[in-house]
Amino acid sequence: MATDVRDLDLDLDAFEGPFDLLLTLVLKDQLRPAEIDVAEIVVAFVERLSARADLDLDACGEFLVLVAALLELKARYLFPEEGEELADLEPEEAAAELARRLAEYRRMKAAAAWLGEQLADSRGRFFRLGPAPLAPKVERQLAPQRADDLVATLRGLAVEPPKVSLSHMALRFPPVSQFLERFRAVLRRRRVFDFDGEVAGLSRVEQAVAFLALLELRKTGEIALSQASPFAPIRVTRPSRAWPAAAPAGQSPASPRPDAADASMPSGAVQSTVPSGLDASAAPQTREETENERMLQWTTARSA
Amino acid sequence: MDDRPLRLIVSHPVDQLARTVEALLVVAAQPLLLEELVEATQDDSERLETALSLLSDRYREGRSGIVLEKVAGGWAFRASREAADACARLFERPVERGLSQAALETLSIVAYLGPVSRPEIARIRGVAADSAVASLVERGLIAEAGRESGLGGAVRYRATALFERVFGLETLAALPRLDDLGGEPDAIRERLLAVAEARAS
Repeated sequence: MATDVRDLDLDLDAFEGPFDLLLTLVLKDQLRPAEIDVAEIVVAFVERLSARADLDLDACGEFLVLVAALLELKARYLFPEEGEELADLEPEEAAAELARRLAEYRRMKAAAAWLGEQLADSRGRFFRLGPAPLAPKVERQLAPQRADDLVATLRGLAVEPPKVSLSHMALRFPPVSQFLERFRAVLRRRRVFDFDGEVAGLSRVEQAVAFLALLELRKTGEIALSQASPFAPIRVTRPSRAWPAAAPAGQSPASPRPDAADASMPSGAVQSTVPSGLDASAAPQTREETENERMLQWTTARSA
Repeated sequence: MDDRPLRLIVSHPVDQLARTVEALLVVAAQPLLLEELVEATQDDSERLETALSLLSDRYREGRSGIVLEKVAGGWAFRASREAADACARLFERPVERGLSQAALETLSIVAYLGPVSRPEIARIRGVAADSAVASLVERGLIAEAGRESGLGGAVRYRATALFERVFGLETLAALPRLDDLGGEPDAIRERLLAVAEARAS
């Protein structure tokens, strides 16, 4: 009966012939176990078994032993390290190895039980946990930096920026009143003076303010202005009757009176005489406008 | 004298240092190592140890709602046990909630044998450990610790400081010795042989 198994004809990819020969070749290292399809062998045996009417238990037993041996060979071949570990084990040693592994697992189970007890015991343990208590430290992906450079950069940023100068926004004009007083003082001493001579040495702005003061005095009738020709010096004249003997400083004469035109004025010269309010005719109005235009020309020419 | 109400440390040479250590421990979210305290306080370790023992006395069970403990290799504050119920009403402990038996076994294998790979864990337990390992990693109780040697070596795992803290262990060395936990191989072997003989007869 047993020979039936050994005679089992096999038709595998790697081998064709009786099972017995296959085993011999494998044991003689002439056939690599890895190439043997054990499942095919099993199928072949089962087919042959099914072709028989009654079950041959002896054949089945022998087949199981042989196939198991073949499987072990194949397994050892596929996993050489594991095979070496178990290859030379005697039954006694195998039992010892199994016992060792079981003991290891049993100890781990005991350790797990101990941990479970600890856990139950530590139910009352509350403590603070950060958002990621044990996360590995994040390495910042920054280009290499030197501390000195950083300090220098920060220092630069920490310095207060220079204050923006607003000096150009303040137009520092001397008050017109200053020149009013000044001209009045001059006029007290002298009846006639040249505007240009009086403002010589002053800045352009001061000269402009002085000119405004001049216009102001002209407007109130305290002075008369004359100019020989365009851009000629402006002559300032005090109308003789308009001035009280001692007018208080800073106060214009209450009712200045127009002065007659300067007799010495050359012909063609622009002459300003009376305040328009006292002149009934329309002509002085026109004359005053002309005079202002000339003054404007004068200042423009000066500032140019 | 020891049980008088908690007061700030008075008239001790390391007063100032102890107060600084208190502050550091309050701010810390994980145990502070002695070296870290040395670095932060810029004081020497001996004085720090004195300060810590002073603080340990002040912050202990029964005396304070905050307890200073040496855990996971460092020093940390935790709530006192008498306040645990109140804490439990307000706070969850997600790390240890619902740890399965498989997870505990895996955890003990990693704690005792780590760094250890999943195949090794599976060999000891006899079943795959993938989901247990993943769960423990997610909880922060174990973490990756390199790979086994060789190309494509399996990832190895070790127990974390959080594991020590959750289980109240000063270090992993505080785990009980495996030999004390039973599982004597000789005894098991004898039982195996006894079973085999009984079958044979």
